[in-house]
Amino acid sequence: MREFFQRRGKFRPQPLDESGELQIPEDLWVKCPKCDEVIYSRELERNNRVCPKCSHHLRLRARARIALLSDPDSFTEWDRGIATEDPLEFVDGGGPYTDKLARTRAKSGEGEALVIGEAMLEGRPLVLAVSEFEFLGASMGSVFGEKLVRAIERAAERRLPLVTVSASGGARMHEGIFSLMQMAKTVAALARLGRAGAPHIALLTDPCYGGVSASYATVADIIMAEPGAIVGFAGPRVIEQVTRQKLPEGFQTAEFLLEHGAIDLVVRRDDLRATLTTLLDHYQRNAPPRPVEPLAAPVAVGERADG
Amino acid sequence: MADGGTPEPAPLAAWDRVKLARHPQRPHALDYLRELTTNFVELHGDRVFGDDHALIGGLAAFDGCTVMVLAHQKGGNTKENIDRNFGMARPEGYRKAERLLRHAEKFRFPVIALIDTPGADVGVGSEERGQATAIAESLLTMADLRVPSIAVVIGEGGSGGALAIGVADRMLMLENAIYSVASPEASAAILWRDAARAPEAAATMRITAPDLLGFGVIDEIVPEPEPAHERPRATIQATGAAIARHLRELLAAYPLDDPAAVDRLREARYRRYRRLGVWRDEADQALRVGSAAS
Ligand SMILES: [Zn+2]
Repeated sequence: MREFFQRRGKFRPQPLDESGELQIPEDLWVKCPKCDEVIYSRELERNNRVCPKCSHHLRLRARARIALLSDPDSFTEWDRGIATEDPLEFVDGGGPYTDKLARTRAKSGEGEALVIGEAMLEGRPLVLAVSEFEFLGASMGSVFGEKLVRAIERAAERRLPLVTVSASGGARMHEGIFSLMQMAKTVAALARLGRAGAPHIALLTDPCYGGVSASYATVADIIMAEPGAIVGFAGPRVIEQVTRQKLPEGFQTAEFLLEHGAIDLVVRRDDLRATLTTLLDHYQRNAPPRPVEPLAAPVAVGERADG
Repeated sequence: MADGGTPEPAPLAAWDRVKLARHPQRPHALDYLRELTTNFVELHGDRVFGDDHALIGGLAAFDGCTVMVLAHQKGGNTKENIDRNFGMARPEGYRKAERLLRHAEKFRFPVIALIDTPGADVGVGSEERGQATAIAESLLTMADLRVPSIAVVIGEGGSGGALAIGVADRMLMLENAIYSVASPEASAAILWRDAARAPEAAATMRITAPDLLGFGVIDEIVPEPEPAHERPRATIQATGAAIARHLRELLAAYPLDDPAAVDRLREARYRRYRRLGVWRDEADQALRVGSAAS
């Protein structure tokens, strides 16, 4: 729907490793896109890519996010083997979709734009679904939707809490109407998770738009966002073009969303583990023991019988 | 593919369909309600902020049954279109829809949705009032609805703003309607950085009714032997007959007074959406196409 190409608002930081301007030779030093502080890159990584001077939250790759939100070696990834198809036989100015996918896979090191699996956080089990913005702007197509639904169904079967982490440009254009349908499909699965009594905790990270912000990412029991993350339905440039209106200061930031009542919490990256742990305990404290056997057989369409 | 369900002679090009779907004289939702229902009572407001004129709803008698109608409403002229915001709903429209869906569940009214929107409203106010969440909540309630639902794309089905009232047990489309993830203009701006290439984008994005029938996204095409604006009454009657037939089937399979039918209905709807998508499971090398899944 709303597309990641149009999302490059002037106050949106670009990934440091994508822009020549921001890159310092040999990647040893990184310049903070907000305060211009030059940071030793290893120090930035150690700080989970939060600027030590101004606390600006730079984008975090999916694997780094998973490491941040799980105990060491506790993450088991699911369904790496679901591969993208090209139902529209899509070709645009950049060439065939299939070529673009191959380039994106090589560049990002990921098979698709969503990583799912189970993990422990401070000894508490959870299901994680984390989007990878470096993979076509983490746009949601058929594989993204299918993986997310499998993660949701398994969380529902075992009544495990689901934590989704979303940065996304929205629905993936290249798969047309199938991408739009993933909005319905993922939300329908979340309805069942809700009936199973397992919480969905959503973390919105920079940037999050369109088909993702208007579907599963905001159908959550708790909606959190990282400081400064830009989240909305339509991108700022599109809104400016359509309305010919200057956008207010801080428009669509996490703080703006909090002020307008759209989210529960703004959580700093270094507080994330503690906040999540506290929440997971709240949702488990009064709940009956988790089922040893799954609550219900998984819906069988397109589903392998592994767990 | 692309000719399943279209009558002779040659199928129209996608861009021709876009023009027909947007034709100013094409019948809009209230024309359908006047022709097909009696005792329509429009219900207004989201109980929070306002009443959206681009997304209307209310109770109506149809085929011997009371139904809840939700519909995007475009205007027939410029003045009306300004009042209707060209059929682009704001958050209060989606919140009204969500409220009326719950109302329909409470009193066991089947839901009929008429889709005709270029997309959800884009603007500062809509963002401030939570456009994304309003759409998502409507999706959730519709996906899990306890009563049968039928959605019909009568003109333009523009992205999430259309889908918000389009998660249904049966999905129909008029022959010259379109349904897309982004408008042809927006698609062209993204694909070629040139909105003027919208006709090309319309073809690339596969947005016509025959395309969507082939993909298994819709269940049936309502034929337009002549474009709807040339024979509005005949088109509306044909649409009404198709809706009535699907409604009778649904009510026979899932009787409103049978509590056990609710779970079966929701399960069937879940499976309908669960299969949508195209992917390849490399573990078993099986290609899964939404429309081909069992
Ligand atoms: Zn800084």
